[in-house]
Amino acid sequence: MAFDAYQKREFKLVGTRVPRPDGIDKVTGRAMYGADPVAPGMLVGRILRSPHAHAKIVAIDTSEALALPGVKAVVTGADFVLPQDAFLADIGENAMAQGKSLYDGHAVAAVAAISAEVAKAALKKIKVTYEVLPHVTDVDAAMKAAAPVVREGLRLESVPDGAGGNVTHFCEFGHGDLAAGFAKADKIVERSFKTAATHQGYIEPHACLASVTADGKADLWCCTQGQFNVRWLCSELMGMEASQLRVTPSEIGGGFGGKTTVFIEPVALMLSKKAGRPVKIVMSRDEVFRATGPTVSTSIDVKIGMTKDGRITAGEAKLRYSGGAYQCMTVEMGGQAAFACYDLEAVRTQGWNVLTNRPKEAAYRAPGAPQAIYAVESVVDELCQEFGLDPIEVRIKNAAKKGTKSSYGPTFDDIGLMATLEAAKKHPHYTAPLKPGQARGVSCGFWFNFGGNTCVTLNVNTDGTVGVTEGNPDIGGSRASISLMAAEELGIPYEKVRTIVADTASLGFCDVTDGSRVTFAVGIATIRAARDAIKKMCGRAAKIWGIAEEAVEWREGAAHPAGPNAGKFPPMTLAEIAAVSFQTGGPIAGHHEVNADGAGVSFGVHLVDLEVDKETGATKIQRYTVFQDAGKAVHPDYVEGQMQGGAAQGIGWALNEEYIYGDDGRLQNAGFLDYRVPVASDLPPIEAVILEIPNPGHPYGVRGVGETSIVPPLAAISNGISRAVGKRLQQLPMSPPRVLKAIKSA
Amino acid sequence: MSITVSTSVNGDAVEFVCPPEETLLDALRNRLGLTGAKEGCGTGDCGACSVTLNGRLVCSCLVLAAEAEGQEIGTIEGLAQGDKLHPLQQAFIDHAALQCGVCTPGILVAADALLKQNPEPSDEEVRFWLAGNLCRCTGYDKIVRAVQAAAAEMRRA
Repeated sequence: MAFDAYQKREFKLVGTRVPRPDGIDKVTGRAMYGADPVAPGMLVGRILRSPHAHAKIVAIDTSEALALPGVKAVVTGADFVLPQDAFLADIGENAMAQGKSLYDGHAVAAVAAISAEVAKAALKKIKVTYEVLPHVTDVDAAMKAAAPVVREGLRLESVPDGAGGNVTHFCEFGHGDLAAGFAKADKIVERSFKTAATHQGYIEPHACLASVTADGKADLWCCTQGQFNVRWLCSELMGMEASQLRVTPSEIGGGFGGKTTVFIEPVALMLSKKAGRPVKIVMSRDEVFRATGPTVSTSIDVKIGMTKDGRITAGEAKLRYSGGAYQCMTVEMGGQAAFACYDLEAVRTQGWNVLTNRPKEAAYRAPGAPQAIYAVESVVDELCQEFGLDPIEVRIKNAAKKGTKSSYGPTFDDIGLMATLEAAKKHPHYTAPLKPGQARGVSCGFWFNFGGNTCVTLNVNTDGTVGVTEGNPDIGGSRASISLMAAEELGIPYEKVRTIVADTASLGFCDVTDGSRVTFAVGIATIRAARDAIKKMCGRAAKIWGIAEEAVEWREGAAHPAGPNAGKFPPMTLAEIAAVSFQTGGPIAGHHEVNADGAGVSFGVHLVDLEVDKETGATKIQRYTVFQDAGKAVHPDYVEGQMQGGAAQGIGWALNEEYIYGDDGRLQNAGFLDYRVPVASDLPPIEAVILEIPNPGHPYGVRGVGETSIVPPLAAISNGISRAVGKRLQQLPMSPPRVLKAIKSA
Repeated sequence: MSITVSTSVNGDAVEFVCPPEETLLDALRNRLGLTGAKEGCGTGDCGACSVTLNGRLVCSCLVLAAEAEGQEIGTIEGLAQGDKLHPLQQAFIDHAALQCGVCTPGILVAADALLKQNPEPSDEEVRFWLAGNLCRCTGYDKIVRAVQAAAAEMRRA
């Protein structure tokens, strides 16, 4: 059996609901977030943003701003030398425009000044001459031959001839004979859908504090999902060596994918370099909406054939995604995820990325999947209604399982979709009678889950405590989960372990906190680092006892002679070995560095009961249950939290949230008043039912849990509303005016 | 022009000088070093900057610092008594009612203000009272449970 393979075991600590180590700091206001640190001599940085969706920047005159007393530095695109690499150049160009404003809110200049007041006044003195260009913000309009071309030269070779000038990428997935599959169907439904761009809506705006010294060293403190990624991107954009830039992540006030890249960080570094003083930049909420990374906006066609007994014979989807004014590969994930819940003989998805004058997309919880699966699950539901079939039975009949060749290629190993569907079917929610006016919606969801590069150092202290150093910002309780896994493996109490998130100078490279990878991948590295430390501690015991290292085994937190032949010695606990470590060879630490694979895919099923107000078109969510396979729930509280939180975000996406652009190409709702995320009174209790179908690729069976939960709400709610109003809705969000329109046309 | 403001924060007399247009939130964070209140929006929509002004729940981003003159301000930093957590704080940890935690100070201040005037709220009353405090991580389920657990604990005390 492989070293990392899952082994069934009884856990002592994993699976318990321990208090999180950062809890007290966070309930007392002591925790330090991105905007909280200060540095001696710190300046305030502010960014000037373009009011135009698309414009040539003819000239920028910064002389008056620079002359203003208290202004210490001004930065424009001219200060940056962009790397050759297209991916890096896009990130630099997005942080500070290079000759062209590509969307409303694009940064064109920045100042550092002694106070916010002076900085604000200085921005007003920067004179930018624009030549306004025709713009396009709608994905379908941007596909047309006559559409203004947002940027030339981004088109990849994958794009077939004849596509419009804004199409930059094409992808295709699937297998089987589509025509033969559709020919077997008793009914084929073909529908088109549109989904609005939404924003992650983290409550903490982006913030950073940069300090560059004259010898080229720099420190950067920021709220990020990945300090090592920030170091890579910023050192490339600044032309620095990675070792000279130390990035320290603060506590992070939400990210959901939106803090996986950089926006203000290179600007703060450049301002600090020019001013010779530390510079802090904190975004306003308006800036967060206009100039960070919302989701793709999409337009999707889905065609599904079904027999009258509910077997899907073929499925096809055409996905047009726009990730704003930049190359964007999210459509690949949409194309792969669209039909992942189903075991299909014939399936094909095709995807196009389309440029629009919108901000550069960033990840948002299962990027690309919610939109694609919303469209597919809507058509499946329509077919269930058509044939009068139970929507869960139909999904059970078609569900992907172990051995299924997935719609995106790989053959599935142990997966939890069937168990999740069965749990939903048996749950009291599914059999509860509906009240008059109520309707029920169901949807499946899927996410791949990632592994990735991860380092962990585990230090055994001489008093018998353990410090775990890891490199992934903790957004939802991961330090507790990592401490639990370290304590479990070492056989010591949870309270003896303290896990900290290191800066980039203190640990090897760790990928971003994304892809639901942290509990999985940092878990593997932690378990292996613990095993490394155990091996060393067994060696120390062997040395003390004068026996061979192989004759020592570790159980229940102590070294034991492996058998009667090894000799009779009383066990030595971790604390006892640690206490004498200076006499037996020095400090003891375990390490592990890995590019983790074996991430287990994750499935979920959501049930919703809702009511539509026929006069206003408003939808009230009355009951909501989430079923999801966690593999192994290391800390069930925070697994439930991920399931509930993703559901709440999905509910917002389904009902309210959208980027609204005017004819002028400007964002019309850049604030929480007009971009309305769910508030407490909008939501019912959200029940979370955890399934545990172990991931064969993790020693404890862990799968990621963070992302799948945002996928099913879109279709579950749409399916519920469609049943409530007797008309299939095909656009998100299903805001009251759209629902009213559907009611009137039903 | 600057204004000298004398006020009380969490029972301590404090004095600071600020421009007339400065918000109470900025004064708390930047002049008094009380960074527990957060700016999530600056427009009174998110509640992350919630504090009390003479016991009344307010968004400190919508209050001028100058308005604090002679008043009593309560912030998250004043909720615990020394090293003893307030029952709401303990309940939030016990019930995992926070994930990223950035909205938590505001929600705790708001929940405390609720329980002071209504020691036995219904779930619906908790949800409507907290409707001005955005949380993007939790879906509010565990928050409502934690507030109710703390309320029950406080009624027993």
